[in-house]
Amino acid sequence: MTAPLVAIRHVSKTFSGHRALQDVSLDVLPGKVVCLIGGSGSGKTTLLRCVNQLTRPDTGGIWLDGELLGVRQAGDKLHRLTDREIARQRLKTGMVFQRFNLFPHMTALGNVMEGLVQVQKRGRALAEAEAQALLARVGLAEKAGNYPAQLSGGQQQRVAIARALAMKPKLMLFDEPTSALDPELVGEVLAVMRELARSGMTMIVVTHELAFAREVADHVVFMDRATIVEQGSAEQVLTAPRERRTQDFLSAVLG
Amino acid sequence: MMDARPGLAPGFPDISAIPVARRTYYGRWFAAAVIILVLLALARAFAHGQIAWGVVGTFLTVPVILTGLVNTLVMSVLAMALGTVLGVVAAVMRLSPNPVLSGSSAFYVWLFRGTPVILQLLLWFNLALVFPTIGIPGIWSGRAVDIMTPFLSALLGLGINQGAYTSEIVRAGILSVDAGQHEAAQAIGMGRIATLRRIILPQAMRVVIPPLGNEFISMIKTTSLASVIQYPEILHNAENIYYANSRVIELLIVAGFWYLVVVSILSPLQHLLERRFARGAQVHGR
Ligand SMILES: Nc1ncnc2c1ncn2[C@@H]1O[C@H](COP(=O)(O)OP(=O)(O)OP(=O)(O)O)[C@@H](O)[C@H]1O
Ligand SMILES: [Mg+2]
Repeated sequence: MTAPLVAIRHVSKTFSGHRALQDVSLDVLPGKVVCLIGGSGSGKTTLLRCVNQLTRPDTGGIWLDGELLGVRQAGDKLHRLTDREIARQRLKTGMVFQRFNLFPHMTALGNVMEGLVQVQKRGRALAEAEAQALLARVGLAEKAGNYPAQLSGGQQQRVAIARALAMKPKLMLFDEPTSALDPELVGEVLAVMRELARSGMTMIVVTHELAFAREVADHVVFMDRATIVEQGSAEQVLTAPRERRTQDFLSAVLG
Repeated sequence: MMDARPGLAPGFPDISAIPVARRTYYGRWFAAAVIILVLLALARAFAHGQIAWGVVGTFLTVPVILTGLVNTLVMSVLAMALGTVLGVVAAVMRLSPNPVLSGSSAFYVWLFRGTPVILQLLLWFNLALVFPTIGIPGIWSGRAVDIMTPFLSALLGLGINQGAYTSEIVRAGILSVDAGQHEAAQAIGMGRIATLRRIILPQAMRVVIPPLGNEFISMIKTTSLASVIQYPEILHNAENIYYANSRVIELLIVAGFWYLVVVSILSPLQHLLERRFARGAQVHGR
């Protein structure tokens, strides 16, 4: 059996008394696409943010590429990593946000170059060439000089994907990447993600696009009230769900 | 004038052809009359008053006044620069998760906002009374009277006080930046300092520049307080002249004229700066 790229074990998280994650465990195999589905407030975003260490689990551990995230075990104690070590670990993951979160004071090219220049210390010329290539990959070569405010939502999200890819992550995290978009712009973003999946990128995607999940996901995870209720192949979870709560959710979403 | 179109209720005629009557603005006429009367009274007072306008004209460009003007500008720019550096550092410290840093920043703001700036100027200037020598132990030291010149006292007094105010402005600017910006920067592996310098502060600037421009204009005039510690800024020099020739009002008018000129030039400059930092914010099209 291949070792998982991401191993989540017994992760729990509480926000001021409110449970967001309750003993969640999950494996993500390299090269696979996992789609997280579930109702509002079920903990999908929190789980994703734990993997990227934007949120720290209260208990439990997450291993990425064999390395325990955020803490180091020494003897019978866990020691928190420094900000610098956490920043280094984050480089293995790329994150795409629901609201894009592009840097508004930089052009599309500047957004993609930023990590290359500031974090990877690449020379400007080299960084610019790399960033241009990435923008071309998401179909935005001609928009390199535009500021985010001059781009449509779909274009902004594609720049955000290019920005994340620039750090050469082993894992890409998507938090409802199309839910802030007008319906006619959803397709172009999904197309980029589809191409990314085909290229062999490991991905965890929180999404309400069930058609996309059915088509691209190797594994679908349904969450409800802070726990994983059901998981399996897209076919099994989306077409023949076993759990009552999954069935209810799907019939509510599909209408 | 009945609209004969079928299907619409009667009794609501077409009024598009009826002209709109001009309204008489009694209030405006009354206000204008009052203002004109006041201006006439003032003009009469100044004409009958003993203002030697010739003296005003002569002293407007004498070297002492112009040197004073330059000193005022130099002090304003330097004190504002010091205040901005201190303000940014204090704001960043204040927002740091480290309680020692945020606590000392809060203390700094409390101390320097809580006392009059003229008192602070006098304290710096008279430091020699309590600390005859100052310096870094074992490396360098000097006599406080020699070091605490009017220039340095004014710079420290005005700059450090300004830093306390500026830090609150910068802090508000930093807080106005969306939390998603921090997270996006973290997600591409940027550290705290790089995130601040590259992502947060440039966006905070957009919010910070207008109030900071306001502070600078205020600083131009606050430098006049440094006259109490013998710093030769424009008001101090004007005073020195009228102590000698007793043309008090004339010289105050001279100083006032120059303050107005400087402030009038600064407003358009502030506008330019605002445009520079609005990059990417309100671009047209879409
Ligand atoms: N920073 C926070 N502070 C307090 N409560 C939070 C925080 N983040 C999440 N929560 C709570 O934790 C629970 C799980 O939130 P989460 O954002 O993970 O849900 P989600 O599945 O992503 O929902 P949605 O589909 O609406 O995005 C919710 O009840 C939410 O209110
Ligand atoms: Mg969410």
